[in-house]
Amino acid sequence: MSTTEQTTMNPEVVALGDPDLSFSFGERRTLMNFLQTVTLWILAGIAAIPLISVLWMLISRGGLRISTAIFTELPPAPFEQGGGIGNAIVGTLVMVAIASLISIPIGILGGLYTGLLNPDSRISALIRFVGKVLTGFPSILSGVFVYAWLVIVMKTYSAIAGGVSLSILMLPTVLLTAEQAFRMVPQRMKDAAYGMGCNSTQVATKIVLPTALPGVMTGVMLAVAGASGESAPLLFTALFSNYWIGSFTEPTASLSILIYNFSAMPYENQIELAWTASLVLVLIVLVFNILSRSFGTRRV
Amino acid sequence: MADKTKNAEPKVGSVSRPPTAFEYGYDKSFRILTLAAGVLTVLLLVYIFWKLGALAAPAMREYGLGFLTTVEWNPNKNEYGILAEIWGTLYSSFLALLFGGVLGISVAIFLTQGFLNARLAWVFRLIVEMLAAIPSVVYGLWGIYVLIPAIRPMANWLHETLPFIPFFSTKLAGPGMFPAMIVLSIMILPTVAAISQDAFKAIPMKIQEAAYGMGTTKWEAIRKVIIPTASGGIFASLVLGFGRALGETMALAMLIGNAQQVSLSLFSPATTLASLLASTFPEAGANQIGPLMYAAVVLLVITMAVNFIGTIIMNYTSRQTVT
Amino acid sequence: MSMEMEMNKLEATAAQQAAGDVAIGANIDKIYYGDFLAVRDAAVDIEKGKITGFIGPSGCGKSTVLRSLNRMNDLIPIFRLEGHVHFLGQDVYGKNVDPVVVRRHIGMVFQQPNPFSMSIFENVAFGLRLNGFKGDISGRVEKALRRAALWNEVKDKLKQNGLSLSGGQQQRLCIARAIATEPTVLLMDEPCSALDPIATRQIEELMLQLKKDYTVAIVTHNMQQAIRVADKTAFFSVDMTQGGRTGFLVEVGDTKQVFENPKENLTKEYLSGEFS
Repeated sequence: MSTTEQTTMNPEVVALGDPDLSFSFGERRTLMNFLQTVTLWILAGIAAIPLISVLWMLISRGGLRISTAIFTELPPAPFEQGGGIGNAIVGTLVMVAIASLISIPIGILGGLYTGLLNPDSRISALIRFVGKVLTGFPSILSGVFVYAWLVIVMKTYSAIAGGVSLSILMLPTVLLTAEQAFRMVPQRMKDAAYGMGCNSTQVATKIVLPTALPGVMTGVMLAVAGASGESAPLLFTALFSNYWIGSFTEPTASLSILIYNFSAMPYENQIELAWTASLVLVLIVLVFNILSRSFGTRRV
Repeated sequence: MADKTKNAEPKVGSVSRPPTAFEYGYDKSFRILTLAAGVLTVLLLVYIFWKLGALAAPAMREYGLGFLTTVEWNPNKNEYGILAEIWGTLYSSFLALLFGGVLGISVAIFLTQGFLNARLAWVFRLIVEMLAAIPSVVYGLWGIYVLIPAIRPMANWLHETLPFIPFFSTKLAGPGMFPAMIVLSIMILPTVAAISQDAFKAIPMKIQEAAYGMGTTKWEAIRKVIIPTASGGIFASLVLGFGRALGETMALAMLIGNAQQVSLSLFSPATTLASLLASTFPEAGANQIGPLMYAAVVLLVITMAVNFIGTIIMNYTSRQTVT
Repeated sequence: MSMEMEMNKLEATAAQQAAGDVAIGANIDKIYYGDFLAVRDAAVDIEKGKITGFIGPSGCGKSTVLRSLNRMNDLIPIFRLEGHVHFLGQDVYGKNVDPVVVRRHIGMVFQQPNPFSMSIFENVAFGLRLNGFKGDISGRVEKALRRAALWNEVKDKLKQNGLSLSGGQQQRLCIARAIATEPTVLLMDEPCSALDPIATRQIEELMLQLKKDYTVAIVTHNMQQAIRVADKTAFFSVDMTQGGRTGFLVEVGDTKQVFENPKENLTKEYLSGEFS
């Protein structure tokens, strides 16, 4: 059945003449189209306002106190003027390093299993599923768990407990992105390695890991960035300290807990330091984010 | 194989040789190591459930299900209940989902449906990723010193002009549900945007072409074809965003006011499970640890169930779009 | 296939193996992917010092058979083989055989050029290092690159990434990589299918050179190529009578005989179709 046949048989249609193909703004559906696009622009703008406000505050208020003292001095006592956040910066970096040492090897090895060595097995499907569920694991519960598991046993708050607590949050990100990166290595490259007489381990370590390294590093850096900004897991694992870190088994300061503690204090000096600590923390997070991006773009 | 090849004749000059005993051992142990790392991840989740469950068990026996329906939390009288926390957690997350969800999906549509040229799209993607990168505690600080002072006049005006509407039935004295909800919306926006973006991107070009080919406007195509096709992924993004909101801690602990009460009012202080843990745990006496562990288990069960459902939906829909 | 033919074939195989001119004796009854019967009744000998070509329509299982000679198919979990493949008299699918060792003796060149993301030199040296070769690595690398007719083009940029080469150069690099360890047999799975005509020409010339020193089995969809390079030709066809697409071996013989005077009607029909 063709439409031309219909039109010739139906005189009314012919009488309508040629259709008007021009763009008519007054037409309802064109107007709707326009209104909806405007609404969308407004919504997107609303999403951007808080970010701009946060960044403005970080720069205008946090930037006021940036000086060498910030990095070299200890937090002030109430009513004291000046002071810095040096111990909190060191503490954050130390605990993120501990968390990385735990979660990166486990995540990469696990990713090799699910992404390369045995991708179609039930156990891989289970690991993958648990990984995805764990990405939504509430960070505060990581703290509660490590408190119940380590802090009670070690009888002290410590940098180790804080690091372990952060590693639980990093692990799923590292594992899932590493797996993804291993899967992206072309099958023909893996075939070539097997065809040369490599065993699975040699395929993994000599070919797949080096080829997928940029992708793996992207995930690692994202996980590190996320962990640097976490505070809830540190509340009752690392606690806080007003002094420089002396050992891994004593309460340890961190930027995020410093911000939390100082934000509730009625002293202007502490509040200013909280803003400066926020600026430093956001910069640390952003550095890792940018690193993650730079690895991504160099992918082969 | 090695010794049996003796009587056969491999090619002259061939360097082919079987792997050494070390290489065999290395291969085997490496493979076991990778499996162990994967299994460890699974065991971690199991162990978390077991550990928290074991610590909460005495309190569960002592307070029973009444714990979930009691508002009171009074260590002096040894009365514990988390109805206010459960209410606050669900209420704040639901409100955040309403606002953050709409914003997140809008951003996803905006970014995937060709509204922006490459440069603008880059800027918007950057904004969303930066929103995700800002630590919770920084949002909390911003909330206390920027957001609450900024919204207070408007909130109190609403209360004075429309006090009969239950949402506006109290004054906003400082911290409360409303600022908490706004910050929570901002924090789940990137999650919702990222996952629903993936759902939109997974739609093959031919489906959009088919819609435009039928003579739809851009919005008719989006409303009638694109969104329904991506609905599974959008739903998953909302569920997972809801899961994030349920477990979010620091910003809420700083902004919600930590008040043990159940109220519909947006301007009254409230509390959540996570912020109860954050604010009470550090100074908790021995008799409070049990009830707090009970609360932690309730939070664990709720968030893991929501994430579980969200992940299943996401797996299911991504399998559907592939075939 | 009658019992008698089966017996004859086995005897022939045994006789040739005894004579020592067979590198790989494949006697494949069935190859399954899960429940799907991919190949049946394929008995081919890869003779030493000769090029054996596998030809036939697409889906006839020629690549599947080739990849089962060095157990590359083991990488597919649902793969299952009934029958035997003998390499220098031993069953490649025997109980205690490690596929990794098999692949070290039977090298492979794939359809798509697949250099590793490392330098040209390291690509070729890869197999040498893998096998723990302690001798003159750079000498071996140069020799392999020369035989792969690639030396002159890359000798000044051995440190460049292998992926920076053109498609034809990449494939010659893969051939150099495969022959650097001097494997006993070289399997080539449609090595020219991803290449342009000029690169194809170069690879074909290379194969004729390699013929002097190597035992080669090559899958090709190009009849002319088989005629140009292969000493022996195995013709496969596909049987669609049982609902599936099952490949099987129709006949195998000297290339001249198979193309000019095929024994089987199926071969005749296919060749006349191809060349008419």
